[in-house]
Amino acid sequence: MLAYTIYLSFAGALLLAVLPKRLHAVARVIALLVALCGLAVALAGFISAGTQGPVAVANLPWIPAMGIHYTLEADGISRVLVLLTGLAAVAGILFSWNIGDKTDDRANEFFAFFLALIGGVYGVFLSVDLFLLFVFYEIAIVPKYFLIAIWGSTRREYGAMKLALYSFAGSAMVLIGLLTAYAVVGGQTGNYSMNLHTLAQYHFSTSFQMWAFPLVFTGFAILAGMWPFHTWAPTGHVAAPTAASMLLAGVVMKLGAYGCLRVAMTVFPHGLDPWGFSFLGIDSWRTVFGLFAVIGIVYGATVALVQNDFKFVIGYSSVSHMGLVLLGLLTLTQIGIDGAVLQMFSHGILAGLLFATVGRIVYERTHTRDLALLNKLQLSKAMPFAAWLFVIAGMASMGLPGFSGFVAEVQVLIGAWEAFPWFAAIAGLGIVIGVAYTWRAMQRVFFSDHPAVTADGTPVPIPEYEPVTWAEKAGVILLAGTSLLIGVYPRLLLDVIAPAVQALPHALLTGGRQ
Amino acid sequence: MTPLLTILTVVPAVAAVIALFAGNRAAVARGIAFLSALISLALSLEVWFGVRGGQMKFIERWDWIPSLGIEYHLGVDGLGALMLLLSAIVSLMAIAASRKVAKQPGLYFALILLLESGLFGTFSALNFFHWFLFWELSLIPAFFLIKLWGGERAGPAATQFFVYTMVGSVALLLAFMALFVATGSMDFETLSHMAATGELATAIQGHLGSVSMWLALAVLLGFAVKVPMMPFHTWLPATYSKAPTPVTMLLTGAMSKMGVYGLLRLALPIFGHQLAQIRTPLLILATLTVVAGAWAAVVQRDLKRVFAYSSINHLGYCLLAIFAAALPAGPQTAANLSQTIALDGAVLQMFNHGLTAAAIFWFLTLLEERSGGRLQIDGFGGLRKPAPVFCGLMGIALFSSLGLPGLNGFVGEFLIFRGAFPLSWLSATISVLGLLITAAVILTVIQRVFTGPLPDRWKTFPDLTTGERLALAPALTLMFVLGLMPQLLLGTINATMMHLLGGWRF
Repeated sequence: MLAYTIYLSFAGALLLAVLPKRLHAVARVIALLVALCGLAVALAGFISAGTQGPVAVANLPWIPAMGIHYTLEADGISRVLVLLTGLAAVAGILFSWNIGDKTDDRANEFFAFFLALIGGVYGVFLSVDLFLLFVFYEIAIVPKYFLIAIWGSTRREYGAMKLALYSFAGSAMVLIGLLTAYAVVGGQTGNYSMNLHTLAQYHFSTSFQMWAFPLVFTGFAILAGMWPFHTWAPTGHVAAPTAASMLLAGVVMKLGAYGCLRVAMTVFPHGLDPWGFSFLGIDSWRTVFGLFAVIGIVYGATVALVQNDFKFVIGYSSVSHMGLVLLGLLTLTQIGIDGAVLQMFSHGILAGLLFATVGRIVYERTHTRDLALLNKLQLSKAMPFAAWLFVIAGMASMGLPGFSGFVAEVQVLIGAWEAFPWFAAIAGLGIVIGVAYTWRAMQRVFFSDHPAVTADGTPVPIPEYEPVTWAEKAGVILLAGTSLLIGVYPRLLLDVIAPAVQALPHALLTGGRQ
Repeated sequence: MTPLLTILTVVPAVAAVIALFAGNRAAVARGIAFLSALISLALSLEVWFGVRGGQMKFIERWDWIPSLGIEYHLGVDGLGALMLLLSAIVSLMAIAASRKVAKQPGLYFALILLLESGLFGTFSALNFFHWFLFWELSLIPAFFLIKLWGGERAGPAATQFFVYTMVGSVALLLAFMALFVATGSMDFETLSHMAATGELATAIQGHLGSVSMWLALAVLLGFAVKVPMMPFHTWLPATYSKAPTPVTMLLTGAMSKMGVYGLLRLALPIFGHQLAQIRTPLLILATLTVVAGAWAAVVQRDLKRVFAYSSINHLGYCLLAIFAAALPAGPQTAANLSQTIALDGAVLQMFNHGLTAAAIFWFLTLLEERSGGRLQIDGFGGLRKPAPVFCGLMGIALFSSLGLPGLNGFVGEFLIFRGAFPLSWLSATISVLGLLITAAVILTVIQRVFTGPLPDRWKTFPDLTTGERLALAPALTLMFVLGLMPQLLLGTINATMMHLLGGWRF
């Protein structure tokens, strides 16, 4: 059933692509309906599968000569991320409701690319055949480029190009690793297959895994915004139109993290083993990437602290939050990986909410993202809804208990305490800086101390902006409500995630810790 | 059994939502808040009278997130119940004192009620996750109350308050995550039991190496900021003086107790051994807090700042008692009695200071309303002529703060010194200086504000109205009652402390 998320999205994209130009105002309605159906399917699949293990979705021969099958399967992790994709798609469309008001918006194309991107993302999360996964992964990159290059703002060509180049470089690394693995397995057993389970069961020699793992892991981690390969993320996020930033931070970065876990760590678990020697206390790829993750947490937060563009603040915060995901994965503990998956979901929701606030609700009305200029607009009075929204989203994002981020961070930190205590302590520092940058942005933008009176004593008029639309409100309720629900009752997701993590290959959960 | 503690926590939260709908109708919002606070007070009284002996009562326990060892676990003993009662009383006083809310009264009272709910949750939770949820939750309304309704430059003060507390919170969080890694539990009772049997030390050593002391310091930092203990106090004077005065009542009356409560409920039971090892430096800091806090109050010119520093001083006595009682293990049967007395004193002092400080800030609210916002100590004088009742009643609260026998403040401080002297005579002796300086501070305030020449502009200073007198009467009566009959509270406190001490291992 879950496969229909993919088909629906692509069908919707196709329909919108051939829709006559003059129906530009209908495009968003179609897109919303398609996304809602996708969400309904994802939700139904999530609920009906309950806490059970992998659910087979589809299995057809595709290129039999090469052992490539169209195999889709959804375990707990996939189901959670598919649900996230559904939510992010609906929210993204709700926050792009103003696209289509004018003829020259090219609304049909916009929503077509949007749905194509969503379809690709659904596909990645459901694929078991790695060739198929790779195809979907590439499909997702192309619409991303156009969304940014055509509808973007600030240096959009540069941002789009940088993002595309980084993504392609990453996929090239992944492809080299996968093809080599494919050749090795086929050459040794005569059974050429790209099936994840087949590859995961084959015992690659440790020396092979030692170079294939970092290659594939880095390839995927680039898209997850791992330091020092993160630089595409902030520029890309800033250049992208709101809905695209929401998807980019909300689900596309998750593709990278998902690939790290599902492909790199599952197929090459012994790449995480110790090297047998230690250099400056670094004794395995696991420590190397763990270190990168922690640096990303602190670095992303620190850079966010000094940004003057509102969107850059959120862009760098994504780097910081994704660092927590990678750190959780690399703990190789049940709880740490649980936390990482939950953090993927949580950050997907919250990043969407933050980008929607910054890019749609504030920027579309004030036409500036400069903190110094926003400071003078008395936004807490002019836009109380946006102010309170940012307060709530910011608090959720800084990891206050009661919201989804907290439960996820707690588990990542617990896992990190078990695996690398020092990194846990440093990640704690990152969280404190996270409070600081969120606070700074909130103060600057909404609650400024800028005098409401001019030098000669006349009060500065409070600017008037168009009121908040129903679409914006619906999107906010959807995202904030989800975060709150998961924060208060995380078992909704954890009961699904935990068995799936437990079912990961044994070598993964013990790798690097012999 | 009725889940009384859950109801207690939920009532103000629900009332907060209702108050929000009152919008700009100040009287409606205030009425809702007042009614809700009265219900809370009744419920907390029922809880207080339901707690006898030192055992945990009103226990509620459900699975929440089993994979993380998180349960919905509530329960109170004498310590928790007393703090619930105090929170209810102080909230009621703060709502009563909030007569003139500058703007958005609906939101204002909603935030106050949310803060009250956070306090109730913190004082009744027995699982770290649950406790931390409310510990942080109470911070948010406090921040906005300061920021949106505070005086000039309240924004930076609110931010400083939030960031300082947040640093402490993250340290606490990290430490408890480490504890979970070592033990697989976040339950306070389980953890303190493990600490008492020595299992905890073994588990930490086995899982994480020799980090017990670091964890203890992280936990201590979290509470030291909140209480605050010098030198972590720098956020407090700005916050207390910039916050709207009724909010300061809540901050000093109830929120500052969260830190002391945390020391008694979490730090001592779980890290008693580690704290006992660094007892001497801690005692030095506690003594510093007592003496320097009082001394800083002397030189302040703003009345709110005077009493902000005076609060630091008063809570310093609690720290003194707690650290003095953390005696390293040894032949200590003789010390046992002193430990109990010191801790009894600390708990009683928490309640007394909450009541008295809230009352004093209430009087400052009234003073502020009459003076048009001015609270400079030198701006007044001779007020006892135009406003004798005001000065008389405020005098009661001030003398309670000074520690005059017959009023509530005296009993707690007496017990603290009685207990602390045998345990650490040096720090107790030096801390006596704090008592003397506080006396000087209070007398100076009385002298400058109530007596002396009356400036012309205060010739028509209005005295307390009948309504105000009636509103203040219960709090002031309580000061006398507790001063003359401390056993009303002390019986249960003593039973609780004996029970707790029996389970701790230093």
